[in-house]
Amino acid sequence: MQNEKKATRLGYGQALADLGGKYNFCVLDADLSKSTMTDLFRQQYPDRFYNCGIAEQNMMSTAAGIATTGIPVFASTFAMFAAGRAYEQVRNSIAYPELNVKIGASHAGITVGEDGATHQCCEDIALMRTLPGMNIICPADFTEAYLATEAALKIDGPVYLRLGRLNVPVIFDITTHKFEFGKAAVIADGADVAIFATGVMVAAAIEARAALSAEGIDAAVVNFSTIKPLDEKAIIHFASKCGKIVTAEEHSIIGGLGSAVAEVIAEKQPAKLSRLGMNDEFGRSGKAAELLDVFGLNAEGIVKKVRGIVGK
Amino acid sequence: MEKSVKLDLEKRANEIRLLSLEAVFSAQSGHPGGSLSIAEIMSYLYFYKMNVDPSDPKKPDRDRFVLSKGHASPGLYSALALKGFFPTSEMKNFRHKDSFLQGHPTLDKVPGVDMTTGSLGQGFSASCGMAIALRQQKNDAKVYVMLGDGELEEGQVWEAAMFAAHYKLRNLTAFVDFNGLQIDGDITEVMNPTPIDEKFAAFGWHVQMIDGHNFDEIDKAVTEAEKDERPSVIVCKTAKGKGVSFMENNYKWHGSAPNKELYEKAVAELGGSL
Repeated sequence: MQNEKKATRLGYGQALADLGGKYNFCVLDADLSKSTMTDLFRQQYPDRFYNCGIAEQNMMSTAAGIATTGIPVFASTFAMFAAGRAYEQVRNSIAYPELNVKIGASHAGITVGEDGATHQCCEDIALMRTLPGMNIICPADFTEAYLATEAALKIDGPVYLRLGRLNVPVIFDITTHKFEFGKAAVIADGADVAIFATGVMVAAAIEARAALSAEGIDAAVVNFSTIKPLDEKAIIHFASKCGKIVTAEEHSIIGGLGSAVAEVIAEKQPAKLSRLGMNDEFGRSGKAAELLDVFGLNAEGIVKKVRGIVGK
Repeated sequence: MEKSVKLDLEKRANEIRLLSLEAVFSAQSGHPGGSLSIAEIMSYLYFYKMNVDPSDPKKPDRDRFVLSKGHASPGLYSALALKGFFPTSEMKNFRHKDSFLQGHPTLDKVPGVDMTTGSLGQGFSASCGMAIALRQQKNDAKVYVMLGDGELEEGQVWEAAMFAAHYKLRNLTAFVDFNGLQIDGDITEVMNPTPIDEKFAAFGWHVQMIDGHNFDEIDKAVTEAEKDERPSVIVCKTAKGKGVSFMENNYKWHGSAPNKELYEKAVAELGGSL
């Protein structure tokens, strides 16, 4: 892991700006372009950028209308308003007609920080996962966010890109890392327990693995940056191999990665499961890094879950 | 408009009404009132105005039509079937489980449908997206969108109205089917969206108010709309259930199907045959 910290939203914004010359697509934003980082695209391609103002519902259906003419669209706002406020527009205008709209949802989870619970969306994965045909990517770091943006563009259909505000460790080297959509990536193999992490929790899982190793627990770390379609093969493999799984996500334990994994193992390969996430509760104001500690969404939280499941 | 042209459009409007009723009767479900009220506008757009080709439904330079009040799908499907996008014999399968004619318009499933609609307000936004994308691509195609008057109660409509005016979408023309009735009754009693014209004017639109059953007025208004640099709305005063005596101006026919006796009566009134 490198020492540098960068937000996944920055990876998204830089990718849009870099891809603008290579592909023909539009970018929409709802008065948050300097926060979602789509402003980086606007600066270079103002004629393909449309600010929709504070009107997310209109933005999503407008994006759908643009996509009907054959041009892919990135529509960006905070996760709360993309998946929450405009849920029904995403469902009926984008997902049902299978239109080529990429939803760049930044400020997901509690790492929004000081703004508090009204802006901390911990339900978006659950909401988006139920939509037929919706693809969901939750990048682990800046590098993945950058690469996933182009991957999303190459998918013919709707994509939900879950991005964060907080500067988080850059795990992967942008010059060498390969992002493979739809595949869970094994960061480290292990025999005793498998930690399935997504987003900001991937770095925490890597850190947890080292701590667990010192305790004599051999933990695998798997990066689920694609949440839908879910890599069931990887889940079944580790359920069978380790028999114990800990999921870690900056999202409610209801309906997110943990739930998705539970569904797979319950039906296909029973294994013990422990879910780390937001425990059916709202977030609160505070510094983002502090909040991760408050809610136990850190390496220590993962270690505790692992100890619990392996019986140590 | 020439008399012979007008006569032909009137005949088409009547056929749209008959087919709409056949669809709703066969399904014993659907929305006859708001399908009959838009028959003249559907006839005008598909048989006079719009550049569309049933043999090439996706041609890039086609004019677009979005039925934002998607529940009037029988009115749209009838026009598309009569135009040749699919056989009129399909109309009797409307809303049936194996039919492509879904309860509300569905992109790709139904040839000629330009946008999936049904959830009110969303089609209007989508039409704005089409208009801005076509302009960006230097495509001269026009975008037409049909809203219900009750639909104007949706907040999203006004988000879209703001967007269209802000981006000066002059290639966008909206019709409001101002029939005055919604499911629960009179629009002014349920949740008054009037004055419709003043609201759109305040949002920066070019506004006209016409009789939505009069082809001369429809044609004049659409031609005027093209001259203005703003997005244009044509508020069309119509009668819900127009053409069938017992359905006219009766909100109970918003979303219910006639029984056999009433269906036969309606067909007879429209001069159709069974």
